[in-house]
Amino acid sequence: MRRFLQRHMSQIALSPSLALIAIFLYGFIAYTAAVSTTNSKAFPRFDNFVGLEQYWRLLHTPRWHVAFTNMFLFGGLFLLVTISLGLVIAILIDQRIRAESFFRSIVMYPMAMSFVVTGIIWQWLLNPTLGIEVMVHQLGFTSFRLDWLTNPDTVIWALVVAAFWQGCGLVMALFLAGLRGIDEDIWKAAAIDGIPAWRVYVFIVIPMLAPVFLTVVVLLALSIVRSFDLVVALTNGGPGVSSDLPSVFMFDMAFRRTNLGLSAASAVVMLGTVLAILIPYLYAETRERA
Amino acid sequence: MPALTNALPRRSGWLTPRRRKAILTRGFLYFLLVIVAAFFAGPLYILLSTSFKTMPEIQSGGLMTLPHEPTVQPWITAWGEACIGITCGGLKGYFGNSMVMTIPAVLISVMIGAINGYALAKWPFPGARFVFAALVAGNFVPFQVVLAPVAVTLRTLGLFGSVEGLILIHVIYGIPITTMLFRNFFLSVPNDLIKAARIDGAGFFWIFFRIVLPLSPSVIVVALILQFTGIWNDFLFAVSFSNPSSAPMTVALNNLVNSNFGVKEYNVHMAATVIAAAPTLILYILLGRYFLRGMTAGAVKG
Repeated sequence: MRRFLQRHMSQIALSPSLALIAIFLYGFIAYTAAVSTTNSKAFPRFDNFVGLEQYWRLLHTPRWHVAFTNMFLFGGLFLLVTISLGLVIAILIDQRIRAESFFRSIVMYPMAMSFVVTGIIWQWLLNPTLGIEVMVHQLGFTSFRLDWLTNPDTVIWALVVAAFWQGCGLVMALFLAGLRGIDEDIWKAAAIDGIPAWRVYVFIVIPMLAPVFLTVVVLLALSIVRSFDLVVALTNGGPGVSSDLPSVFMFDMAFRRTNLGLSAASAVVMLGTVLAILIPYLYAETRERA
Repeated sequence: MPALTNALPRRSGWLTPRRRKAILTRGFLYFLLVIVAAFFAGPLYILLSTSFKTMPEIQSGGLMTLPHEPTVQPWITAWGEACIGITCGGLKGYFGNSMVMTIPAVLISVMIGAINGYALAKWPFPGARFVFAALVAGNFVPFQVVLAPVAVTLRTLGLFGSVEGLILIHVIYGIPITTMLFRNFFLSVPNDLIKAARIDGAGFFWIFFRIVLPLSPSVIVVALILQFTGIWNDFLFAVSFSNPSSAPMTVALNNLVNSNFGVKEYNVHMAATVIAAAPTLILYILLGRYFLRGMTAGAVKG
């Protein structure tokens, strides 16, 4: 008996975790998928199967369209801004500057904060009667407008700038690590040939960072699908529902509108979006290794 | 790494065109860096300075100015008097909730992750790779897809709206990330050490506590920081499964700032925001380099 325990201690130690994950992750995903095929309202019920009707209804819910489109709009802008500026800042910090760790820390500290805190900070800065807009007016530029939070057409930029402020540090750090990993000889050779630094970056160094780009895109894309706290704290989906995201829609349907069936369908679509990002990535990764 | 200015030939004429160009480039570089630093540091400065201002001063404008008559009243109000929902006892109770929730959840989930990682990395068995993949896949799942069944389960267990319920949920959904972190680290612990100990008759837990853990203080610190930050900052689970008496800081802060009742006391809001951010910010300042390692490993979790 002792020998058996010794030999299988590894499996025994893992089994509670495995059981918990089997139930709370895989079991619950199946549960939510099942709920999405029912007409559940406030409580999950399985005696009212409606097939794919909830997905059909989701497709015809204007608010879901706004939320789903916003995910791509916000996601696209956030990716573009964060990757390009994150790379530029990493390159600036990589120039053998003085006080490098000081600059690195300043770019990275927002990572430590919650999205609720970030949302509140930017809500304050973008406040049209007390924030940056008034500050610029007092400098004499009285025609300056910064109405992102109150204008449904531009509110997405408020989310982008706040998410960038919080997320840039990680992207910068990943790019900086990539830049540090590049062979010094490339720079020496380029210097001997008299190639200007910007051309070395554009034509040699940045293409060599392709794997870092891939990692960054996947990491950011996963965080975009899950974005929830930032929207709740910064805009609460408003004005109206103009800055809604799928996660906010899902939460509202589940906990406030008591429409669990529709909420479950939206959660399954979110999971599907993650899989659509992840499966090609994992496929590429494993093929690379093989 | 490039050096845009590594060749600075000294000549008798002190500013050759080439040297002037180098100095200009260098100056422009620092100019850009200062703008970048201002963008990231500015909001924290504004947050802090506003939290020490009086409301009349805030309404008179001057976002960037230092407080004329600094006051700590907003801090006192935020900590002990501000109204959140229907109770007016400030944030102190919620700060306590967050601590009581975060500390046990962090310790338990790190311990579980360490044992899992050790088992997977050092005592492999047929199917261990599959088990690892099944556990780690949890890092990618958007938790929205489990919210409703978790709520049902917590109600059934009588834990809905309690701090214990939140601890349970954070421990369970912390398993994927802590397991991944420790497993990847323990792979680098030499197998010969384990083999030698096994020949001497040492068992699974003896080797874990006497050999493997003492070799890995850094990964333990990384895991503790990562989990502390993640659980302290969590909003989704907190807002879904807590009630007004068990709500952690993130929920209380959001309720305080984004409630539509009463006059908005911005100075109190800013003080409250600093209080909510302080624990993780202090961790970052003290242990920044571990922080980054945790974030890059944990970034998948978001």
